[in-house]
Amino acid sequence: MQKRSLTYYLLLAFFCLFVLFLYGPMITIFMLSMQGPDGGLTFPMRGFSFYWLGQVFQEQRVGNFIEPFVRSLILGAAVMAITIAASVLASMGFRQRFKGSTVIFYMTIASLIVPSILVSLGIGVVFQVMGWPTNWFTSGLGAHLTWTLPIAFLIMLGIFNRFNPSYEEAARDLGATDSKTFWEIVMPLIAPSLLGVGLLTFTLSYDEFTRTSLVSGQSNTLPLEIFGMTTNVTSPALYALGTLTTLFSASLILIAFFAYNAVVRRQRGKA
Amino acid sequence: MSETWKTLKPYALITPQTLVFLLFLVFPILMIGVVSFWEFNGYSMTPAFTLANYQGILTDVTFKTYLNTFKFLGMVWLATLLIGYPVAYFLAFHVPKLEWQILLFLVCTIPFWTSNIIRMISWVPLLGREGLVNQMFMGVGLIQQPMEFLLYSDFAVVLGMVHLYIIFMIAPIFNSLMRIERSLVTAAEDLGASGLQVFREVILPLSAPGIAIGSIFIVTLVMGEFVTVRLMGGGQSASVGKLIQTQIGSLQYPLAAANAIVLLAVTMLIIISILRVLDIRKEL
Repeated sequence: MQKRSLTYYLLLAFFCLFVLFLYGPMITIFMLSMQGPDGGLTFPMRGFSFYWLGQVFQEQRVGNFIEPFVRSLILGAAVMAITIAASVLASMGFRQRFKGSTVIFYMTIASLIVPSILVSLGIGVVFQVMGWPTNWFTSGLGAHLTWTLPIAFLIMLGIFNRFNPSYEEAARDLGATDSKTFWEIVMPLIAPSLLGVGLLTFTLSYDEFTRTSLVSGQSNTLPLEIFGMTTNVTSPALYALGTLTTLFSASLILIAFFAYNAVVRRQRGKA
Repeated sequence: MSETWKTLKPYALITPQTLVFLLFLVFPILMIGVVSFWEFNGYSMTPAFTLANYQGILTDVTFKTYLNTFKFLGMVWLATLLIGYPVAYFLAFHVPKLEWQILLFLVCTIPFWTSNIIRMISWVPLLGREGLVNQMFMGVGLIQQPMEFLLYSDFAVVLGMVHLYIIFMIAPIFNSLMRIERSLVTAAEDLGASGLQVFREVILPLSAPGIAIGSIFIVTLVMGEFVTVRLMGGGQSASVGKLIQTQIGSLQYPLAAANAIVLLAVTMLIIISILRVLDIRKEL
């Protein structure tokens, strides 16, 4: 028994180091973005203030950040809406066996594991050959969907796996049509999970870089703008921007997980 | 409800999603294949059938770039496995309550949903010439000169990728470890197996599919990688993804396409060989 507890403590220490490895770098830039006005890019911290966080919103310091931010918000919302609609429909389709479902399933997996640069290049080539200009809201939107849709679809499959079909059967026995059953029975039950999936989809799109990078056209999304800043911004404003955008994503994720957890608990309580 | 509608319903339901994949995944990749045979005269491409692009990339430089990419892949794979497995194992077998397991797993997952770019930038104040690591080592007198290899180097590229992608190794391993029947472990212990034997004979074989899925993710993520190589690597750090990106930057689409097709083929070969060694079907 003594040996077992030693393994436990070793693994616990290893796990703590791992968490430090995951979060440590993030924490350093949080700290450095709270420096005084004459702060630099490295430690030690020079003073403490919210000066740099405020500077993010001043145009002259870090270039234009508001417009890419707004673009990323709009794109994220559009990606979220399409992803939710398409993945809910598709996962409902998968509740019933049908010919070709394996092919469709593997196509979804392929979308997830094809090297991102191929998706980006491919969409770029199609637009080039067709003579269409690439744009964040056309080619960029498509590139985002190849990333968010398979993830949302796999989560939705999991949700419907746990879903109790007797409610729907009851509704149908009482004479409800398919669409009525969906809106009055299925939708209220999956709504909280949809909120979770939606927020996850939004942050995936909001932070996407690789697949967008070759097809965003003239106007950058926020991650692309930040990537551009890495070479020419040499003040803690860059860290401040990183801090703000990370806090934004992280809070969305936390809301998503809590919403999802709440619904799982509620359904378990009912079952 | 008519029988025809019942058969057709699933097809109607999957149509929007399938259209998205056909339009933005299948068709573009087919187009890459087509364009890779087109003629390219330095500034524009014309439909044709030529192998010139493939001949054009059969050079020493391409070969070395692939070798370098394999080097990154090997190091990232080994590091994510050696770090990821103990983490997943700890969560699955040493954390007592399900609530705690989920919570700690969440803690590992959250950074994955935030911006990759920011996560890479975060290494700068730690690893730079005047970064925290160098300051500490010089402070205690271990080194006189700041270590240059920490940032903008192959080391930094591998570190960056491990940091970004390790969750893709942890999640599938954690998943397969959680599915192992605890009674199997108890049975092995009752029959007198030592802790190491239980791990080697029971736990490791049963978690192999998780390792396989994690490895497939790492392969596909690292093989096409160019952002980390650009941000964290020095000017001379090379990868296939970066090569393709450079060619696209100078609008050499047919060359980039030929390279991408070779990259896809190589990636598929690696994945197929992983699947030959380990069967993952029961995980899906």
